[in-house]
This record gives sequence, structure tokens and C-alpha cells, in this order.
Amino acid sequence: MTDWTALERFLDTDPADVGCAQAMGILHVYVDLLAAGADPAGRYPGVAAHLAACGPCGEDFRGLLAAVTEIP
Amino acid sequence: MVEGPKELAPPLDAASADWISALTSTGPAREAGLARLHELLVRVAAGELRRREASSGITGPELDDLAHQAAADAMLAIIAKLDSFRGESRFTTWAYRFAVLEVSAKLGRHYWRRHPASSLDAEDWDRLPDRLGTDPGEHAAHGEMITAIRRAVDQELTARQRRLFVAVVLNGIPLDAVVIQTGMTRNAIYKAIFDARRKIRAFLIANGYLEEGKLGSR
Repeated sequence: MTDWTALERFLDTDPADVGCAQAMGILHVYVDLLAAGADPAGRYPGVAAHLAACGPCGEDFRGLLAAVTEIP
Repeated sequence: MVEGPKELAPPLDAASADWISALTSTGPAREAGLARLHELLVRVAAGELRRREASSGITGPELDDLAHQAAADAMLAIIAKLDSFRGESRFTTWAYRFAVLEVSAKLGRHYWRRHPASSLDAEDWDRLPDRLGTDPGEHAAHGEMITAIRRAVDQELTARQRRLFVAVVLNGIPLDAVVIQTGMTRNAIYKAIFDARRKIRAFLIANGYLEEGKLGSR
């Protein structure tokens, strides 16, 4: 049997995904909550879904988190 | 669904209040605030460019130059939008976001300087297994699946969805570089590819290539 897990993962879409505009609009709030030890994914599940699925927004998320951690 | 801070923004924390006070004052206090902010934004932009050095290939003086450009553009955006800061996060987190987003936009533009021969529209379907991270070991089954995906792309997608799917998924062009080339927003491109993925999945299930119920089944 051929394993299509990677293909299925690529094609899978989460209806909760809020898209780039909304996710980037509150990225600073999301990152501050995470940096403070809170649970932003619980509060903004659609943003969490988006950051997990969108490469460029996920990259910006990791970049902003790194910035607030390294340059307080 | 719209997600965002629902309650009224809390009072500013002391450090954020200091920033707003400095940046909305006049004379030397404002100049000092602007200089301090610029210095931080350069550090953020340079740090972000270094973090993404392996994928961008940008190093040395070029990296420093791009960091200063991103910081300068972020600075202009921050000053223009200072009134919209509501204290929902620390001021610095809000401000750093502009620098990070500017870096992404600059890298998108920079992609075309490093890959001038790249094309949104060239189509090499043999690359699809690599792009999707599938194992090409089972050649016959793989060929059948690639043919089915291609049929789904040809039959189910709109012309715009097809073009963006080919550019980003098949040709591997970074989404932010496609933003520069098409003038579309990142959100619009993501949404088109999101819909394309959904349609392709439905086609593959309807035609017996994938099973309903695996993963999220959405």
C-alpha cells in the first residue's frame, strides 16, 4: 500500500482557520500571551489553526516570538 | 469566524505608556524615543534576517542593508499607525510585528532578484511528489495519483486557483514572492490555495483515490 499521509495532510483544511489577515492582525496579542505563559491557542483557536497551516504566517509568528524573547 | 481581543483594552503597562509618551511628545524627548525605537527595529529586522538566512541566502552587508531598509519602513508604518495602538499587547511587541512583516515583504521582493528565471506559470508535474513530500517508491500508484491530482486541478479549480496552485505548490515559489508578482495580498493567495486544496481533496475522495474520514475530513 502506498502511504498517502503526507498528501492527505497537505490537502486537509481546517474550517476554523481564520486566514492571514486576521491572524496577522492580532499576532502581537497572540505572541505576548504565549511569551507570558498563557494559552493563546485556547483563546484564539482559529489563529492557532492558521499559524499551523500557513507557512509564511507561521514564519512571522516564530520570528516575532524570537524577537520578543531575545530583545525584550 | 472573527477572532480578536473582545474585551476593552487594559490600561497601558508602564513601559508601553513611556513609549507612547515619548513618541507623541515634541522636541528632544520625541527624537530620543524615535532613535531608541529605530535602534530596536534594526536589531529585530537583522535578527529575523539571520534566523531566515538559510532559506534566503542573504548574508553580510546585504543582510545589514536589508535590515536597515526594513527597520526604516517599519518605523514609518508605526508612526503612521500609532493612534491604532490600543495596549492589547506590549508596545514593543506591537512595534516589532511591523519589522518582522517588513522583512517578509522584502524577502518576497528579493526572491525575484535571486531567481529571475522563475516563472509562476511553468508546469513540471514530475516535481509534485517532492513538493508534497510523498514517497515516490510506488511508481505505478504514484503515477495514477499524480494524474488524478492533475485532473482535479484542470477540472475543478478556477483559473485563478489553478495559477496560484501551480506557482506556489508545483513551482515552489514563496507565497510572499507571488504577492510581489501578482499584486494580490498574502491573504487572498492563501485563501485561493486553501479552496484549491479542499476541492482537490473532494475530487480524490469522490473518485476513490482517497478515503473519506482520514485526518480531519473537512
